Amino acid sequence: MTSAARSAPLTTRRFEAVAVGDALPELALPITVTGIVAGALASRDFTPVHHDKAAAQAQGMADVFMNILTTNGLVGRYVTDWAGPDAVLRNVAIKLGAPNLPGDTMKLVGTVKSKDEAAHEVVVEIAGKNAWGNHVTGTVRLVLPAASGAGGAR
Amino acid sequence: MDKPELEATLRGFVGRETGPPVEGPDPVNEVMIRHWCEAMGDANPVYTDRDAAAASVHGGLVAPPTMLQAWSMRGLAMADLRQQQDETHSDQQLALHELLTQAGFPSVVATNSEQGYTRYLRPGDRVISHTVVEAISGEKATALGIGYFLDTRTIFRDPAGDELGWMTFRVLKFKPHAQPAAAAPDPAAAPAKPRRLRPPLGHDNQWWWDGIAAGELRIQRCRDCGTLRHPPRPMCGRCQSIAWDWVVSRGAGAIHSYVVLHHPPVPGYEVPLPVVLVDLDEGTRLVANLAGRKPAEIRIGMRVQARIEAMDEEMKLPVFHPAESGS
Repeated sequence: MTSAARSAPLTTRRFEAVAVGDALPELALPITVTGIVAGALASRDFTPVHHDKAAAQAQGMADVFMNILTTNGLVGRYVTDWAGPDAVLRNVAIKLGAPNLPGDTMKLVGTVKSKDEAAHEVVVEIAGKNAWGNHVTGTVRLVLPAASGAGGAR
Repeated sequence: MDKPELEATLRGFVGRETGPPVEGPDPVNEVMIRHWCEAMGDANPVYTDRDAAAASVHGGLVAPPTMLQAWSMRGLAMADLRQQQDETHSDQQLALHELLTQAGFPSVVATNSEQGYTRYLRPGDRVISHTVVEAISGEKATALGIGYFLDTRTIFRDPAGDELGWMTFRVLKFKPHAQPAAAAPDPAAAPAKPRRLRPPLGHDNQWWWDGIAAGELRIQRCRDCGTLRHPPRPMCGRCQSIAWDWVVSRGAGAIHSYVVLHHPPVPGYEVPLPVVLVDLDEGTRLVANLAGRKPAEIRIGMRVQARIEAMDEEMKLPVFHPAESGS
């Protein structure tokens, strides 16, 4: 998961340059035990099923599985990778389905669902699919700067 | 504790705070932010690059907003339930989880999270969380097992009382399916094939599933007026008698109506999945899957015959097949 190389987003998309229906580039994240454990500990989630295989199996899972805080963090990252550093997240709502298990790959996709001209807000609908189906579906609401925009790293 | 008593006790938690507002163990800090960004593969410079952050809309370093909940997590103590209870014996959320564990629902998994970010957090911010139990579902059958959904709502504030953000969170507290002995010995193997949803079982319907396990398709019958009914329930809808027995159906009937499930995909089910409502010859209706016909070939009135078939190593279900011609 952490090995998915990427470059830092240096420019921010302008509100006017984004249209409803725009697709975000797909991001394929390999799911590994190391990535699951790293995400669980970075989010301070020591629930055993996210690092201890025997505990996960006692709960009916084949192996340790990704915790929801990591999924949430990956969804936030996926959207700001596309939107850029001056995008401001307002709201992230996610629903989990099939668990993310080691050996699988999650493919994140997203689409611009709506735009609020007054608030300069954009709603992006996301889904993260693995071998079983959707691991996560949800929406992210964010503010983008105006084209003439004050402030911003460019 | 029986089910009505359990559910009444559960309802008593709704609307209650899980405990007093509690400050997270660490103030917002650059070290934990960097660890988070490493784990998430997040290279957004506003989180870790002071110069870039200073030039950004934020005017300085900020924490990833999705870290909101992480600032309130208790850390390693979470791994040991007894230790947690010793430390935080007033925590109603732990009491709620313990109640369900004792009632036979030991496992927990998070299913929904919604977070609102009132403002981005900066290094040095202190985060105080306050959680209320918002709702508790009835008993639900899910792909993981039977259990209860618990909804909480948390408000995050700074020490001055100003709101930093909020979160609604849903977990499933459940009884896991029995594990097949060969659960994933090979980490390189594909994930185990997901299994179908399990029905919630109780004294109103266990007898029907016992019949299926024994190879019998049973239909409940009112002992007073003789009316057949399905699915199983305690009272006759016609004469309100609660006396009942059953007859064994031959499983033959005609399609009364049907749907073909395409969406949403659910682990354990293959789509397109024809689901038929059949008028059984004995006189009540039964919903089940139809095998042996493509969706376009299904017709209302088509004669079908149920067979009891194994879905996996522990679950059987009736499945309808086209009747042999002439039957």
